[in-house]
Amino acid sequence: MMIDVPIPFVAHRIDPPSQTVETSKAEIVDMFTQSYLMRRLEIAADVLYKGKFIRGFCHLYDGQARSISHWSPYDREAVCVGMEAALNKDDAIVTSYRDHCTHLGRGGTPLEVMAELMGRIDGASKGMGGSMHMYKRDAHFFGGNGIVGAQASSDWSPYDRTPIGAGLAFAMQYEKKPNVAVAMYGDGAANQGQLFEALNIAALWDLPLIYVCENNHYGMGTAIAKSAKSPEYFKRGDYVPGLKVDGMDALAVKQAIKFAKEHCVSGKGPIVLEMDTYRYHGHSMSDPGSTYRTRDEITGIRQERDPVERLRKLIVEHELLDTAEIKAIEKAQRKIVDEAVAAGKASPEPPVENLMKNMNQIMDNVVVRGVDSEARTHLTEAYGVK
Amino acid sequence: TMMTVRDALNSAMAEEMERDQKVFIMGEEVGDYQGAYKITKGLIQRFGPERVRDTPITEAGFAGLACGAGFMGLKPVVEFMTFNFAMQAIDHIVNTAAKTLYMSAGTISCPIVFRGPNGAAAGVGAQHSQCFAAWYMSIPGLKVVVPYDAEDARGLMKAAIRDPDPVIFLENELLYGESFPISKEALSPEHVAPLGKALVMRPGSDVTLVSFSKMVGECKKAAEELAKEGIDAEVINLRCLRPLDRDAIAASVRKTNRIVVVEEGWPQAGVGAEIAAMVMEDAFDHLDAPVERITGVDIPMPYAKNLEDLALPKVADIVRVAKRVCYK
Repeated sequence: MMIDVPIPFVAHRIDPPSQTVETSKAEIVDMFTQSYLMRRLEIAADVLYKGKFIRGFCHLYDGQARSISHWSPYDREAVCVGMEAALNKDDAIVTSYRDHCTHLGRGGTPLEVMAELMGRIDGASKGMGGSMHMYKRDAHFFGGNGIVGAQASSDWSPYDRTPIGAGLAFAMQYEKKPNVAVAMYGDGAANQGQLFEALNIAALWDLPLIYVCENNHYGMGTAIAKSAKSPEYFKRGDYVPGLKVDGMDALAVKQAIKFAKEHCVSGKGPIVLEMDTYRYHGHSMSDPGSTYRTRDEITGIRQERDPVERLRKLIVEHELLDTAEIKAIEKAQRKIVDEAVAAGKASPEPPVENLMKNMNQIMDNVVVRGVDSEARTHLTEAYGVK
Repeated sequence: TMMTVRDALNSAMAEEMERDQKVFIMGEEVGDYQGAYKITKGLIQRFGPERVRDTPITEAGFAGLACGAGFMGLKPVVEFMTFNFAMQAIDHIVNTAAKTLYMSAGTISCPIVFRGPNGAAAGVGAQHSQCFAAWYMSIPGLKVVVPYDAEDARGLMKAAIRDPDPVIFLENELLYGESFPISKEALSPEHVAPLGKALVMRPGSDVTLVSFSKMVGECKKAAEELAKEGIDAEVINLRCLRPLDRDAIAASVRKTNRIVVVEEGWPQAGVGAEIAAMVMEDAFDHLDAPVERITGVDIPMPYAKNLEDLALPKVADIVRVAKRVCYK
């Protein structure tokens, strides 16, 4: 089936793709199912964080106006599911610390996310990474980065990890693979110098690199008008083509990523996609998200543009499923999340010996020192190990 | 046979590129210009621009790019024109290269060599004259290699490229043109030196002189001077600062009961400070004198020749301090 996306693409130095997207019932239902799961997962993470099951930072990805810690509450489920609809698992992704949904999108399980948030052995990184550091090597998902802009990804934070994405793209080109690398970042990181360094190299070398700027309009609590001289992020690659996309519309995202992948794989070099999104939550769990914007703004976006609701409307309008079937999907996803939460809570903490594992791959001659001079390599009573 | 450190590094990289298609070189001026210090001379002609990549002057960009390429299984050898410029890229070296294996529970590795000249050159002023050895050796996840002679340079470079972990390879500009004898064994393409093993350059019984890189040469000269005065010094070339061969240091101290650590870097929280602490932990009962450190003077490097000379350790300093710990 063909569906027209309502908000036109805006292009920079390239002809935009068609607004008519080829899709299917199965794809739309799957997108709804996935994004609903992501939404419920972030809501559950919110509850767990408030219940003190999750430590440190937590940045939620969903779009509720609730308060969370430093995970990435945002409403960008559409970016995740739309992106995955146009990529395969041989394409590589590196993202910011707002990585829970990206992990799911790459085929990670809800338990891997929940257990990682709680620092348990069944987590995506066996409890070693935490909220911001989930990885899935077999699906070419390279994290989860806490340094904004190093991937070239994240809505704030001082670091940018985009050069890593350029490196993934370099490897695709070097090994002559028909794949792309996606480097995700936010409007906050979009001002980082590394991002421009990597884009310059990517353009010089025609690397198959898609920059995905998730513009949720706030880097932490700073509105883009206060941080970016030009908030037209899709144009900020200058000599690199760009596209502004409704990031709350999964089908628009899919169309844009498909278009960008074709551009990159044909040898034309990198492209910058700006995904116009929003973050319902505060920046993180410690930010109520209400001091720098109005309630009406948040409510308005939720009513008009919520990505999960839009997919639901699409299903209803095109009569793809009846109400009972939709309810059944929602119920099933909530059950998956409930089970993941329970299994995460039940998952053991990592064994003490993992403390000193994986510092290097080759540990010949490597001595890991503990807290005192006698605690070396072999753990002593200092760590409760006999 | 004699070989310069430059040729040792060059031949080691060429052999590893020959051996493994995944090895490639990138950095500023490594290709057409043949390397700012000619370490990559001839490699672009031999392996082509796909594998010898000239980069723009954007250290953070290309160091991060190398990390991504390493994640995918390639083996980048990244040249920093000098390690002073690696400061621009230290976020990726520390936060990306060193930590990802641990954070990903062992699933994502970063097999990179970051190499280039480190430490004071001559007459280049404060921003181009500093030793970063102590910085990098404090970072878990990195390996830090500090070659002295041509044999070190060849064997350790080949080991660093083959190693699956991120390696910081600290060369010294003033040693590039120096020729050293090299064994037949070390000329074999299959020869690799072990990472994390120190080398006794000169056995001795009265005092241990521990150093790395250029200062190994100064220690060897000091040992000759000391021999004339009846002091038999043992000279240890660390070769690697992480993993650090603490067993070799302790074994030497148990034999000589006295130790002097020599480095060009700054004293505070320096390599010598770490070794002094280690000796306390591993061989305290064997010490007949306090551990002594000889370091660069605790100042930014001055430009004027007379002051620059005073800012760095010299053979005479090593001789004087060695005699002091021997109570002579």
